[in-house]
Amino acid sequence: MITFTNNSDSEEEPCNERTSLMSAESPPVPSYQDGLQASEAGEAQTHRKRRTGSSRSPNNAANGSTSGLSVPVRESAVENEEEELTLKYGAKHVIMLFVPVTLCMIVVVATIKSVRFYTEKNGQLIYTPFSEDTPSVGQRLLNSVLNTIVMISVIVVMTVFLVLLYKYRCYKFIHGWLILSSLMLLFLFTYIYLGEVLKTYNVAMDYPTLVLIIWNFGAVGMICIHWKGPLQLQQAYLIMISALMALVFIKYLPEWSAWVILGAISIYDLMAVLCPKGPLRMLVETAQERNEPIFPALIYSSAMMWTVGMAKPDTAARGPSQQMWDTAEDGRVNHRSPSHSNSEILETRSPGATHPVTSLEELEEEERGVKLGLGDFIFYSVLVGKAAATASGDWNTTLACFVAILIGLCLTLLLLAVFKKALPALPISITFGLVFYFSTDNLVRPFMDTLASHQLYI
Amino acid sequence: AFFWLVSLLLASLIWFISVHLSDQENARLQFSLLVFGAAVSVLLQELFRFAYFKLLKKADEGLAMISEDGRSPISLKQMAYVSGLSFGLISGVFSVINILADSMGPGIVGIHGDSPYYFITSAFLTMALVFLHTFWGVIFFDACEKRRYWCLGLVVASHLVTSGLTFLNPWYEASLVPIYIITICMGAWAFFTAGGSFRNVLKCLSCKRQEDSRVMMYSALRVPFED
Repeated sequence: MITFTNNSDSEEEPCNERTSLMSAESPPVPSYQDGLQASEAGEAQTHRKRRTGSSRSPNNAANGSTSGLSVPVRESAVENEEEELTLKYGAKHVIMLFVPVTLCMIVVVATIKSVRFYTEKNGQLIYTPFSEDTPSVGQRLLNSVLNTIVMISVIVVMTVFLVLLYKYRCYKFIHGWLILSSLMLLFLFTYIYLGEVLKTYNVAMDYPTLVLIIWNFGAVGMICIHWKGPLQLQQAYLIMISALMALVFIKYLPEWSAWVILGAISIYDLMAVLCPKGPLRMLVETAQERNEPIFPALIYSSAMMWTVGMAKPDTAARGPSQQMWDTAEDGRVNHRSPSHSNSEILETRSPGATHPVTSLEELEEEERGVKLGLGDFIFYSVLVGKAAATASGDWNTTLACFVAILIGLCLTLLLLAVFKKALPALPISITFGLVFYFSTDNLVRPFMDTLASHQLYI
Repeated sequence: AFFWLVSLLLASLIWFISVHLSDQENARLQFSLLVFGAAVSVLLQELFRFAYFKLLKKADEGLAMISEDGRSPISLKQMAYVSGLSFGLISGVFSVINILADSMGPGIVGIHGDSPYYFITSAFLTMALVFLHTFWGVIFFDACEKRRYWCLGLVVASHLVTSGLTFLNPWYEASLVPIYIITICMGAWAFFTAGGSFRNVLKCLSCKRQEDSRVMMYSALRVPFED
């Protein structure tokens, strides 16, 4: 399903987007909860996932096994603690996500500003078949709307396809698909990127060195993303592939289509999360029922848990990155349809301290972490990169979009802490970003320019 | 930063509308509209600073309610400092980043008769502005907290005066010097508002370690190890 057009390799956007958050990697609950959970079956788990530290009473009953609160009796007592911990760690999550999002955006903006390749128009993706080179404004608008419709329907179809594959347990196919797409990203796109950067700075490099560098980069990337690797390296790779993907989008999406697509995708994201029949939700629920992790390669996770020390049978069963998915996975997880890997899951498991049998020798690193789909990274970076590429006000617009997106992310995380279920990360941020882009470009820029020409400060 | 951006957005909207509704050829009119726009922007910035104060106060109360010892983890003074700093940063960045970007490109400063010191004075002005915003933030929040409205008025007035002084550019002696004097005064005022005093400064400079007033008991008794 990878199609090539002109010189673009659009391929995987569907893949990437799809990744969204299927994070239904439910942690091996029974093992963790030491047996108290054992009685609780499937649905209790889904309820459990929902609120780690919920302060909402109705849930407490169903909440028996929330992270750490295995005994229902203790729930009310620790309810408050949970909430406080949630809020405290909520702020930490915000910071944990700001840094990678910022890094991704910085990479994209730096590349856009320096490497001219990514701002030259060299054809379009097959997913946006209508050209925007028409003379009349109405025709151009129509074409961009049509492009958007085509793109979104491709995404929906791919998502549904993925969900069906998952439902019918075609794991090999899915894994093969994911591996193929990350292969392409890591090798081909990196090669093109490196080539363009070298061209821009007029640096000569011989092929053997190039092959060595690309081979190492790609191989380590594949291992880190799909298998095991140091957390920071994995995060770095995920950021890099998001940036590469965003650059591809910026290059190959025509102007107006890009903006309409951004708007449409955030609306779609919102709908996919709030509607109960979304394919992504089905995917997550299925994964939860089966107690399986969802594709590891397409979500950015900010923390990982390791249990080191005395091998207790129940705790040793905890795998490393599985624990993160604990929360938020309940029924209403949003993971927006895989096309956009934007669902976030707030993982707020209470620390082992409330667990009655925490062994003292157990070393637990920060369990809490937040997961953000790579599609979110990609679309944020697309917005900021497009602002950097096309805004005539240059840096002011880029900065305004950057601040707007971060504030949107902050608000989303706040809502996440309040509702404690997966939420779409795109709508608020993209809305703010779009509003700020257009208003800064058209209103603020002339104002600031006029002020600067008189050297006036406000 | 977000609040500052929104205020800037609204101010530019007002300016934009006023420009488009007016005669574009009349230079004097345009300039006075610019002055008007700048004044509106200053007032809106202060208004949004106040709005931000209200928001933070609410958040502070919420945090205090939830925390264990009834106090919020961040004091209002810290919030004031951070808010002022971020206002200053975003304001400074917006003012200067395009100038910086242009300064990298090929060109000659002041070739059309403007001052050749444009870049360096812009840099100094931006620095003063960032400091000023930080100080104003501290003073503003404290004034709102203690309901000293004359302080508020003074902050707004000094912001207007500072912005007005920049209208005297390129007569840099008349604009830069007073602005720096205002900056230093505001700095001192903010320092005293935040609880500083000569004694604090001396203590800090003398690097004396504070004596621990707690008494430590050392006991030879220890918990017996398990046999």
